[in-house]
Amino acid sequence: MATRTPPETAANRHPGTAPRRAGRSAGPMRSRRGRKSATAGSGRMAALLVSPTLLVLTVVVLYPTIMALRESLYGTKGLDPKTGFISDTEPFVGLQNYADIFGEAGERFWNAFWNTTFFAVVTVGLETVIGVAMALIMHRAFSGRALVRASILIPWAIPTAISGLLWRWIFNSDGVANALIGQQVLWTTEGFHAKVAVIIAEVWKTAPFIGLLVLAGLQVIGKEVYEAARMDGASPLRQFWHITLPLVKPALLVAVLFRCLDALRMFDLPYLLVGSQKNSVETLSMLAQNEASNVRFGPAAAYAVVLFVYVLLIALGFVRLLGADVVGDAGGPGGKKRRRASLRGRVEVSA
Amino acid sequence: MTATVKWRTWLLYLGVAGVVAYCLAPFYWMLVSSLRRTSDIFDTTLLPSPVSFENYRAVFSPSQGFGRALLNSLIVSGITTVLALALATFTAYAMARLEFRFKRLILTLIIATSMFPVVSIVVPLLKLFTDIGWINTYQAMIVPSMSFALPLAVWNLTTFFRQMPDELEQAAMIDGCTRGQAFRKIIVPLAAPGIFTTAIITFIAAWNEFLIALSMTNRPSIQTAPVAISKFSGASQFDTPFGSQMAAGVLVTIPLVIMVLLFQRRIVAGLTAGAAK
Repeated sequence: MATRTPPETAANRHPGTAPRRAGRSAGPMRSRRGRKSATAGSGRMAALLVSPTLLVLTVVVLYPTIMALRESLYGTKGLDPKTGFISDTEPFVGLQNYADIFGEAGERFWNAFWNTTFFAVVTVGLETVIGVAMALIMHRAFSGRALVRASILIPWAIPTAISGLLWRWIFNSDGVANALIGQQVLWTTEGFHAKVAVIIAEVWKTAPFIGLLVLAGLQVIGKEVYEAARMDGASPLRQFWHITLPLVKPALLVAVLFRCLDALRMFDLPYLLVGSQKNSVETLSMLAQNEASNVRFGPAAAYAVVLFVYVLLIALGFVRLLGADVVGDAGGPGGKKRRRASLRGRVEVSA
Repeated sequence: MTATVKWRTWLLYLGVAGVVAYCLAPFYWMLVSSLRRTSDIFDTTLLPSPVSFENYRAVFSPSQGFGRALLNSLIVSGITTVLALALATFTAYAMARLEFRFKRLILTLIIATSMFPVVSIVVPLLKLFTDIGWINTYQAMIVPSMSFALPLAVWNLTTFFRQMPDELEQAAMIDGCTRGQAFRKIIVPLAAPGIFTTAIITFIAAWNEFLIALSMTNRPSIQTAPVAISKFSGASQFDTPFGSQMAAGVLVTIPLVIMVLLFQRRIVAGLTAGAAK
């Protein structure tokens, strides 16, 4: 889906000769024409530079996606009902795999679906609260900034697979988590506590990351705004609610979008922390991977397609919510200003 | 007045200590556990006593094949990083500097790929690679890894290129350079820090990959380190050899921790570049 624009589309367009899209305002047109003298012939050059990436992404993303769609219409190899022999080819079953997802295998699917959704909502919610709190603390801290920055990068840098094992060890029946709470909870066995274990481990890994992104957003806010608010007698809580939060909202929403999509494809952590085929933590990714590793490619592909559609819908929802600006501004009239703002943010983050 | 300020400073220090503890405590526990003897692995003391490197020796015993797994990880993530950077440098330059149609759409689509559920490309590729005999090969891990490494690199580099003043290459072109020469002689050297940062972030992402490596391999000799560690068999008496898993976990994480400590400013700049527009 991601590379629906074939490379040639870009190749054939020359900025000077291509018919301009209707409905463009005069502003961007002028700026395009203004740049043209400096970047004459850039259309062909751009096509040359961009096409290798698009080609690779077509091969590694678009082609597998189409294959998955096709594959999801086929069943598994097995006894051919007509001949009674084991068939070498997979039978075409039409939409049967999808019918099974919502029918025969429905229980397992809906369980995985709700687990996935539950994990995404709860972890992203907690991460956002903890992350914003961390960012506010770090924003105030003047000394020891390097230490703080290095330590919040550590959970991010530890491979998720390793942190899955690490938390499995912490949540072991004789592990430190039980020693701390003074109770014997079998965290990594089936049940609600297994969900809690996954959530704790996931939030630990990613809340600092949200904190980092929010911190960058905070540092772009000018000090004058707060001074003015203080003059007017606004309490710190009011300042946070009416100044900080609205101003940091764009950065926060982008972070939340990315974390949401990431959480929806969660695999490593529940797989290693609790195990595969565990009802209480099985996510859609785990379900699809499990089917594929059992050579049931058809059903596996169907699960993968359903997950893909789900992620796509959530992403589109976010884009609706945020406007078209989620992924960065590729030129246009607002580009310069925004660029400067991002530069300033970056300088201050690293200060 | 001064009392309030002092009180606030203390509260702030407390908050900072809380953040650092939150982030480091589990990692510290991994480190401490890895240094315990097998016999006192279930101790919950804050320091290992006595300190033992037994687990580290166990990790490198030939039966675990951990050295090989590290090498595999290095090969897969190294090649993924190099390929992604080579392609992304050109694309990002075009995105940052050239005007062409559908630029915004193309960038959106490239970035959208990185949000893609990896499992939906792993399933069909697993079938394809089974058919063409690519299971247990490096390319079967590298090719799918490009699906997240390439968008990540393109996005990061685009932000870095955009921050460099246009005037530099314009001056070079006025002095007689072609655009290609200006790119090669002016932009690439100046963008080296940005390219380097992108390389680190891409490498860490590829190094941490688990799902693809797990699905595409079933032979221990080709598995990457995270997969190998998850499959450690207990040389000891209990089910899961936590001691050697923790030791191996420390060994896999240490290179990343060193990178983070050395280049934290740049990594932060790279990570926040996209979000904090």
